[in-house]
Amino acid sequence: MATTSTPTSRRALPFPVAMARPAALVERNLRAARHYWLTFVSGFFEPVFYLFAMGVGIGALVGSVEVAGREVPYAVFVAPAMMATSAMNGAVYDSTGNVFYKLKHSKLYRSVLSTPLRPWDIAVGEISWALLRGLIYSAAFLLVAAVAGFVPSWWALLAIPACTLIGLGFAAVGMAATTYMRSWNDMDYVQLAILPMFLFSATFYPLATYPPALQWVVQATPLYHGVDLVRALTMGDLHVGLLVHVAYLAAFSAFGLWATTRRIGKLLLT
Amino acid sequence: MSRADEQSPTAQPGSPGEVAPGGGSAVDGTGREAGPAPRLAGGGWRAVFGYWFAVYKRIWRSTVISSFLAPLLYLAGMGYGLGALIDSGDRTAVPGVPYVAFVATGLVAAQAMMTASAETTYNVFGAIKWLHTYDAMLVTPLRVVDLVRGHLVYVLMRLTLVAGVFVGVALALRAMDGPLALAAVPAAVLGGLAFATPIYAFSATIDSEQGFNVLQRFIIMPLFLFSGTFFPLTQLPVALQVFGWVSPLTHTVALTRALGLGTDSALWLEPWRFAVHLAYLVLWAGVGYLLAVRGLRRRMVV
Repeated sequence: MATTSTPTSRRALPFPVAMARPAALVERNLRAARHYWLTFVSGFFEPVFYLFAMGVGIGALVGSVEVAGREVPYAVFVAPAMMATSAMNGAVYDSTGNVFYKLKHSKLYRSVLSTPLRPWDIAVGEISWALLRGLIYSAAFLLVAAVAGFVPSWWALLAIPACTLIGLGFAAVGMAATTYMRSWNDMDYVQLAILPMFLFSATFYPLATYPPALQWVVQATPLYHGVDLVRALTMGDLHVGLLVHVAYLAAFSAFGLWATTRRIGKLLLT
Repeated sequence: MSRADEQSPTAQPGSPGEVAPGGGSAVDGTGREAGPAPRLAGGGWRAVFGYWFAVYKRIWRSTVISSFLAPLLYLAGMGYGLGALIDSGDRTAVPGVPYVAFVATGLVAAQAMMTASAETTYNVFGAIKWLHTYDAMLVTPLRVVDLVRGHLVYVLMRLTLVAGVFVGVALALRAMDGPLALAAVPAAVLGGLAFATPIYAFSATIDSEQGFNVLQRFIIMPLFLFSGTFFPLTQLPVALQVFGWVSPLTHTVALTRALGLGTDSALWLEPWRFAVHLAYLVLWAGVGYLLAVRGLRRRMVV
């Protein structure tokens, strides 16, 4: 017989254009989430606690901050940063710990690959799930921040897709990194990447606080571009430079998707 | 940061697949101890401590980031970075206290809480449910109370290590000052124990590890932020201040801050205040211990 069972590598279009196969994985995750709904809900609170601790508590100590030539209350400065970092944290959390569990312990992807789904579908499906979850958190966070009076501009609505882009980048790269992990102990290295970005990407104080040499280092990190983009949007400070941020994050995401697909194929199909 | 959402990962950090040999065994086999059998040598907790210590010797490298590096990053990011915004000229958040010193003296207590919580959640739950380490231990002459004590002595060691290193670095950076700062180490350790014992009791009684996500996000994280670590409690609305004073962390921070900043600072405490903070922490640690022993006994024996 000439026919073989070699998997054809016919690719689905990137989501959300052709989601049929990845959507099956998203549905699976959604069903699994029913068993840990409390965890799911609790994910919303962490950035909100941070928002009020920073905005109200630290805000009273700091007073106002100068951004793009105008003085704003510290809460207005820090709220978009919390929104962007929680998009990063959520995406990384989902694409490292959870994916590692599925890869090493429950062997979920072995079962998935015995269906018509291919590595690309797994990458797209898992990442879409992380994004869906992130989307819900971002929207809820924006609502809370707006009600608290920390969001001065209606352009802030665009911060939701911006956070989705941040999530896409970090979920894709995070999942690629997960394929290299050997044990749960390696999960600590994820913290090593995430924590410095969380603290130093112009999140809690403006870029100008750093000496010029360090400013270059900060500007090289993906989270900096995310924070600056979201901050410009929530403050209604639109300019062409924002496209640089978008391009950076898009390239970051593309790299992550490519790397994840390659690695999953290598780990499970060879 | 908590682990996977979905299920119980079978291999947790702090629990390598094989059973590590216990340290000093309680039974020496010479038969010199002729007393009632279950009380052999009376040193059962040493063997349990030996087990956890042997595990730690294998995995300590992976704890370096969360135990030592993370608090220093927070110190750099919050203390120096935010400090540059908060301190201007002679104006500081608390009169005469640079913000970096304010944060450093708070972080040492917060780090003790984080360490205590990390060591008494998955490790305990895993030993009960996933790896059955406790079942194995209880087959030997060890008693339930030895299991709790041995584990807590191990936590005590971890807390001393973490707080000691942090205070050492803070002293080197001049973020803490004076010989009294060294006394912030035992204060932080006591504060850590005030969390370790109640969390141990919690871990010994819950059915699903989902409880840890809730603990982390609804207890530990808010306490980290709202217990005076990063800003004085008085900045908050009164309702939140009450919540803050219930938190053992607030009381630990009051102690470590007074000791870390020295007798000349505005945040030094009168002796009776020292006594109140200490008593409150001892109360938490003591009640937690009793609940932990009771909880584990019900789970493992009855």
